[in-house]
Amino acid sequence: MAFLKIAHLEKSFGTTRVVKDFDLEIERGEFVSLLGPSGCGKTTVLRMVAGFETPSSGAIIVDGKDIVGLRPNQRNIGMVFQAYALFPNLTVAENVAFGLKIKGTPAEQRDARVKEMLAMIGLPDLGGRYPFQLSGGQQQRVALARALAVQPQVLLLDEPLSALDAKIRVSLRTQIRDIQRELGITTIFVTHDQEEALSISDRIVVMNGGVAEQVGAPFEIYNRPATRFVAQFVGTLNLIEADVTLPETGTVRIGTTEISLGRPLKPGRVTLACRPEAVSLGLADGRPLVLHAEIGEVHFLGAVIRVQARAGRTTLSLDTFNRPDTPPPAAGDKVQVSISPADLLVLEA
Amino acid sequence: MMRFMSWTAFLLGSLIFILPLLGMTEFSLSMRRGVYSLDAYMSVLSDPVFRATFSYSVMMALFTIVFGVLLVVPTAYWVRLKMPELRPVIEFITLLPLVIPAIVIVFGYIRLYNTSSWLPLTGSTMGTNILLMFGYSALALPYMYRAVDTGLRTIDIATLTEAAQSMGAGWVQIFARVILPNVLVAVLSGAFLTFAVVIGEFTMAALLNRPAFGPYLQLVGANKAYEPAALAVIAFAITWACMGLIQLVTRLSKHTRAQR
Ligand SMILES: Nc1ncnc2c1ncn2[C@@H]1O[C@H](COP(=O)(O)OP(=O)(O)OP(=O)(O)O)[C@@H](O)[C@H]1O
Ligand SMILES: [Mg+2]
Repeated sequence: MAFLKIAHLEKSFGTTRVVKDFDLEIERGEFVSLLGPSGCGKTTVLRMVAGFETPSSGAIIVDGKDIVGLRPNQRNIGMVFQAYALFPNLTVAENVAFGLKIKGTPAEQRDARVKEMLAMIGLPDLGGRYPFQLSGGQQQRVALARALAVQPQVLLLDEPLSALDAKIRVSLRTQIRDIQRELGITTIFVTHDQEEALSISDRIVVMNGGVAEQVGAPFEIYNRPATRFVAQFVGTLNLIEADVTLPETGTVRIGTTEISLGRPLKPGRVTLACRPEAVSLGLADGRPLVLHAEIGEVHFLGAVIRVQARAGRTTLSLDTFNRPDTPPPAAGDKVQVSISPADLLVLEA
Repeated sequence: MMRFMSWTAFLLGSLIFILPLLGMTEFSLSMRRGVYSLDAYMSVLSDPVFRATFSYSVMMALFTIVFGVLLVVPTAYWVRLKMPELRPVIEFITLLPLVIPAIVIVFGYIRLYNTSSWLPLTGSTMGTNILLMFGYSALALPYMYRAVDTGLRTIDIATLTEAAQSMGAGWVQIFARVILPNVLVAVLSGAFLTFAVVIGEFTMAALLNRPAFGPYLQLVGANKAYEPAALAVIAFAITWACMGLIQLVTRLSKHTRAQR
């Protein structure tokens, strides 16, 4: 049985259902991200797990016990907030010691633990500072140490990085993940940044409108999106309209090219989708879908070059790797682009 | 030109405020003919009634402050946290003592709590003291509430409360370890204002017939020449000392020093 189990969780504010029949099972030590657009109910789910909101119905089971009836301070669930929420009147060390003091941990043990936690977050010498004397990134690390000091069963993080600037965001998310692995603590991480979710999660829950649209490993979510929403929300997607000519074999016509997708389709029109990295410049073996296109904008991103190519009415984004000996295509160039049928996703309407 | 105007306005204002003060101070120092002396102050300070009434009022002020803090801080906290829509109502209630004269409040008290009522507080000294303290608390409520509410606004009480809860803290611990310490400066300024209000209060103490400093001031004022001026200077100094202390605590509180 999963360590943390959320079953049929529902939450309404007044007449608006904000979380609808939400199910999730998380193994001990797993790092799961809730990913979704603003207002989709991520925070609400997290706050119900923490105990700050009461579910309208459903169960939240941690280690075999239903915790819905428990008050937040009885749950032993750590929380890290977007706004850090350090106690401004306490020093860094006192902040980290707060939960231990509440628990009544003896002073010696407490001091040792605080030291250990500060070393873990890489701020061993800042124990005597006040929160206002720290940078945002440092404050958030202290908040993490404070939440972890009492050894909670579950750690919840609500967009902990979104108030920080880009560079720190990347380094801190790696650090959070490292600490999480080291302690083996079961973690739910809320974010609306898909790159963040893809890069550090064991599994991702993609949410939309209070519903979990898909739960899966980052690789799965990105490459085999279960719904149109997931496909469009995670990563960049090219949409290609096609006519189904032979539904049984999945043969479609795009422009003047006919290719078989090798799986049955409904007759009529379908929307096909593919990732920018699945579209190649030029012809190649195993890529029978060829489109004639004109290069539009070219974005040089460093290792990757993202090119916009117009083929008829569709605009395709395609990614190529930078090669020092080959300059990128220029706007206005006439090119051929090719795609493998295996990389085409069929989006249900 | 603008500069000149503002300086003129400032000087004029200063004259209006400072001249009477200077005059009063000068007068309080001239009890002995021809030379300045502290005789009036000596006379006041050595008066046992002064000492008795002053210490009575200080005690009353302390009790009022404690009661006010215990009443106002949790209320303001709870309203901000759980019932933000009630804030205007609470704010209005706390302002009422400013528009209802103290004499009305005290007559209400006497009617409600007289010896033949269901709660005969005026029947005993202790009861009357308690009643007076409630009265003082009502008078100081606008200042105390405003100070505390402003203090609460500077911290994110909702998130801090949740952070403390997630670490196992209950309501009493949250209040004592998180909320109160963070609004301490505000509470102290409320406390000093309360102190200033209570020390100078006349109506309630007089009508409840308690030996407070206010009625004593009035008595001396009616019967002596130089001593009232000395007392006024003393009272004024106390008020200013309170203001100075508010500034000092604000300055000295470590964690707020660098904010904003
Ligand atoms: N206390 C509340 N009362 C009424 N409606 C609420 C309350 N809290 C949240 N909502 C509504 O519930 C919906 C989900 O909110 P939630 O905060 O969970 O979204 P979110 O996914 O965390 O979004 P974001 O990425 O912007 O933080 C929103 O439409 C919000 O307006
Ligand atoms: Mg949110």
